[in-house]
Amino acid sequence: MASTEIMTVNMGPQHPSTHGVLRLVVELDGEVIQKITPHIGYLHRGVEKLSEHRTYHQTLPLTDRLDYLAPMSNNLGYVLAVEKLLGIEIPERAQTVRVILTELTRLKSHLVWIACHALDIGAMTVFIYAFREREKVMSLYEKISGARMTSSYFRIGGLSADVYDGFEKDVQEIVDTFPGHFDTYEGLLTKNTIWMQRTIGNGVISAEDAINYGITGPALRGSGVDWDLRRDNPYSGYEKYNFQVPVGKNCDTYDRYKVRLVEMREAVKIIKQALDSLKPGPVLANAPQVCYPPKEEVYNTIEGLIHHFKIASEGFPVPEGEVYQSVENPKGELGYYIVSDGGTKPYRMRIRPPSFVNLGAIEKMAKGAMIADLVAVIGTLDIVLGEIDR
Amino acid sequence: MGVDQQPLGDNIITTSLDGLVNWARKSSIWPMTFGLACCAIEMMATGASHHDLDRFGIIFRASPRQSDCIIIAGTVTKKMLPVIKTVYEQMPEPKWVVAMGACACSGGIFDTYSVVQGIDEALPVDVYIPGCPPRPEALLFGLMKLQDKIMKERNSFGSSIGLGERLEPAA
Repeated sequence: MASTEIMTVNMGPQHPSTHGVLRLVVELDGEVIQKITPHIGYLHRGVEKLSEHRTYHQTLPLTDRLDYLAPMSNNLGYVLAVEKLLGIEIPERAQTVRVILTELTRLKSHLVWIACHALDIGAMTVFIYAFREREKVMSLYEKISGARMTSSYFRIGGLSADVYDGFEKDVQEIVDTFPGHFDTYEGLLTKNTIWMQRTIGNGVISAEDAINYGITGPALRGSGVDWDLRRDNPYSGYEKYNFQVPVGKNCDTYDRYKVRLVEMREAVKIIKQALDSLKPGPVLANAPQVCYPPKEEVYNTIEGLIHHFKIASEGFPVPEGEVYQSVENPKGELGYYIVSDGGTKPYRMRIRPPSFVNLGAIEKMAKGAMIADLVAVIGTLDIVLGEIDR
Repeated sequence: MGVDQQPLGDNIITTSLDGLVNWARKSSIWPMTFGLACCAIEMMATGASHHDLDRFGIIFRASPRQSDCIIIAGTVTKKMLPVIKTVYEQMPEPKWVVAMGACACSGGIFDTYSVVQGIDEALPVDVYIPGCPPRPEALLFGLMKLQDKIMKERNSFGSSIGLGERLEPAA
């Protein structure tokens, strides 16, 4: 066989299927990938540094913009970390609403994943369908928090406000209709010859390698590792819910696709259970030094106004110490490591983004594959540059 | 309008060169498929089934050579700015810039060492769309404003083919 010259190709940061501003320098032998060097930092916004200059409440909106496909899951990890440091108890209702919303967020994130992943490989129809369904979750987000994407609905100590009247009905509608939509996607893709040819045997990474690379989330479970933080290290009352953790067998893109689809169905099951167990009650912890007073008090009493002003302007001191709290985000394990020096701002906040760690394995997964399959590998990793670069 | 309507009947209209060219341009704005951050997801949502940009003749193109509009959808970092400039320079004339979202307009909440405080530091922005991120309706409104702006252009086509000077549109 004739020897060929190694060709270096630049992919990104302006490329329609790098899911943002990822840049890959790919070394090719003909069409076969020899080496991939990811270049990141094109969306580095300095979130970790910025949080050192903001009070704990003010840091919350920054977390929305990390993984912007799953804002509420990011909020949850952050508020749980601060609550752990403060040692405050969250009311039952707030925990249940948090679970409902983070699972809806999982649906929302996975819908974008299936839309873009399929679009990258050439199946445009799924994109159109998945975004149609996503609008339903978005309008629920909007009803509940006023924003379609960057909601910042959770608060340290609970929720910013109780859910609106008719919330249960809206969620119930999603629970009732979405499994049928998932059937549509499966009908379009699962037995689709082109889809199967593009994904089966693509981006293989063994369970051992996946663990060694630190991959988490559906990408890890696709390789057959049974690990889900919601079940294995429960938070926010996840231990009460009954759900399956799907695992793959063949460690390839097709298995990860199936894992994510089952995950969406399981998320609907969790939402259903949480909705059934939703009882009236307070949504904010009884911790006046941390939580904002109710709006009625702020507008009608001077004590309430002073209370609000104090928290909004000065923040609240957090006991000295450090904490690590991780949650199972749609992309994997999102961890917040917060060091407090006893002040009203984090001394240091380090975010462990799942996409960043998962991206590290891209060379392992795509080496020896054709250049065209690289797009499928990027899609199956489900990366978001917002949290990779932070 | 002074034209013999006999042979052609109602199948003829008269207009100015500006009117025709601007109408053609505004009816087929082709933006770059170029997302930077969160706003790009709202841009995708605008282009997808529920809001559907295609009905405005707006079709996303993956190459700067084929597009005439760039929507800066997201945070512009100092590392990204040279890339955006290159992409903009690769676009053929006429071209328009839409700054979508707080970050592209002014840096937004990210007043840090790595973030460019508004894309207008580097590119001539035609439409600013506030919001974090703007709703799809806001993006639609912004693009319709851009269409209005295109309709007001005077002799931008004529000047490029040697027919006099380009005129500033009346306020």
